Amino acid sequence: MSLISVKDLTVSRGGMPVLEGLSFAVSAGEVLVLRGPNGSGKTTLLRTLAGLQPPYAGEVMAEPESVAYAAHADGLKATLSVAENLGFWAGVYGGHDIEPALLHFNLDALRERPAGNLSAGQKRRLGLARLMVTGRPIWVLDEPTVSLDAASVALFASAVKAHVAAGGAAVIATHIDLGFEETVFDVTPFKARMDVVRDDFDEAFL
Amino acid sequence: MIRLLWRDITLAFRSGGGFGLGLGFFLILVTLVPFGVGPDGEMLSAIAPGILWVGALLACLLSLDRIFALDFEDGSLDLLATAPIPLEGVVAMKALAHWITTGLPLVLAAPALGFLLHLDSAAYRWLIVTLLIGTPALSFIGSFGAALTVGLKRGGLLMSLLVLPLYIPTLIFGAEVVRRGAGGFLVATPLAMQAGITLGAIALLPFAAAAAIRVALR
Repeated sequence: MSLISVKDLTVSRGGMPVLEGLSFAVSAGEVLVLRGPNGSGKTTLLRTLAGLQPPYAGEVMAEPESVAYAAHADGLKATLSVAENLGFWAGVYGGHDIEPALLHFNLDALRERPAGNLSAGQKRRLGLARLMVTGRPIWVLDEPTVSLDAASVALFASAVKAHVAAGGAAVIATHIDLGFEETVFDVTPFKARMDVVRDDFDEAFL
Repeated sequence: MIRLLWRDITLAFRSGGGFGLGLGFFLILVTLVPFGVGPDGEMLSAIAPGILWVGALLACLLSLDRIFALDFEDGSLDLLATAPIPLEGVVAMKALAHWITTGLPLVLAAPALGFLLHLDSAAYRWLIVTLLIGTPALSFIGSFGAALTVGLKRGGLLMSLLVLPLYIPTLIFGAEVVRRGAGGFLVATPLAMQAGITLGAIALLPFAAAAAIRVALR
C-alpha cells in the first residue's frame, strides 16, 4: 500500500505545464529521490505533492493532511528563540514533544538563541527539525541539504532513515548523494512538450 | 490556532514587530491637528469625531501589509497552508492578532486624544464604543486586502487603494455615531449599521482572503 502516488500527473508553473505524464508511487519505508537539472520542475512537482497548488492534469493520491513540506525558506521568525520557533510548529501540528528533534539536530545548546542570530546551516537544521515535530508520515523536501556541512547532512540522513524505518516515507529533491537506500527518479524525460497547443490560456494570462 | 494567535502577538511585541507603529502614528496625527487648524476649541470639538476616526483608520492601514507579507517572505505561509489548521482559520487568527496589537491600543488611547481635541464630554463613551465595534472590521477587511496583494513586491500602494473604499462605510457610521452622541441624538441606527458591517466582515472575509492566498501560493 503506497502512502503517496501520482498518476498521469501534469504540473504547471504560471499556467504553463513543466512536467507531464508522471506516474510513481512511494510506499511506507521508501525514499524517492528526485533528480533533474535546475528549472526542470522539481520544486513545482513537490509543491503539487504538498497540495500547495492543484495538478494541471492527472491526480495525486495521498491521505489528507499526511504531507509535511519543507522548502528553501524555513519559516523561522528571527525574533523568536529556537525553542519558541520549534514549539510553535509543534503546537500547530498537535503538540508533539520538541526535545527529540532539538537533540537530534544538535540544537539543544542553542535553544534560547533568537533564530535571527543563527548561521545559515543552523537555521536549516532548525527548519528540518520542524519535520520531526509534525508527526506526518510523508516528508516532501525541496533541497533539504542546502547550506548544511557534512556532519549535518549525516544528521539529516539519519533523521530520514529513522523516519522511514518507523513507517514513514519521503520524497526528496536533491543534487547530492545522501547515502541510503533510495529510489532515484529522474524528471528530465517528463519535460512537458511546448509544441502542443493548449486551450486554457486564462491562467497563463493571469 | 491559539498558538498562531499567541505567536503573532508575541512577534508584534518583540523588536521590529511594529506594535507601536499604528499607535504612534495615531498619536502624532491627533496632536498635529490642533497645530494645523488652530487652537479654537469650538472648531476642534466639531471636527474631533472625524479626525479621531480618520486617524484610527489610517493607523490601522499602516501595519496591514505586515499581516501576510512577512510570513510569505520567510516561507511560514507555505508551511501554514500545509498545516492542520484551515487557511480560513489562519486568516481569522492573524486578523484577530492584528486587531489586538493595533486596533485595541487605539481604542484605549482614543479618550486621551479626544481630550486634546476638545471632544464633547457626552461623546467619549460613543467614541470608545464605535472604535471597539468598528476597528475589528478594519482588521478583517484589511486582512483581505493584504491577502490579495501578498505575492506582490511593494504591494502596499495597491493594497491601500483596494482597502480604502471598503473602509469608508465603517468610517462614515463610526464618525456619525460619535457626532450624534456629542449632540445628544439617537445613535442606534448608525451603530447597528456599523456592527452589521463588522460582523459581516468577520463572517465572510476570512474565506475570501484564504482563497486569495491559495491563488498567491500556486
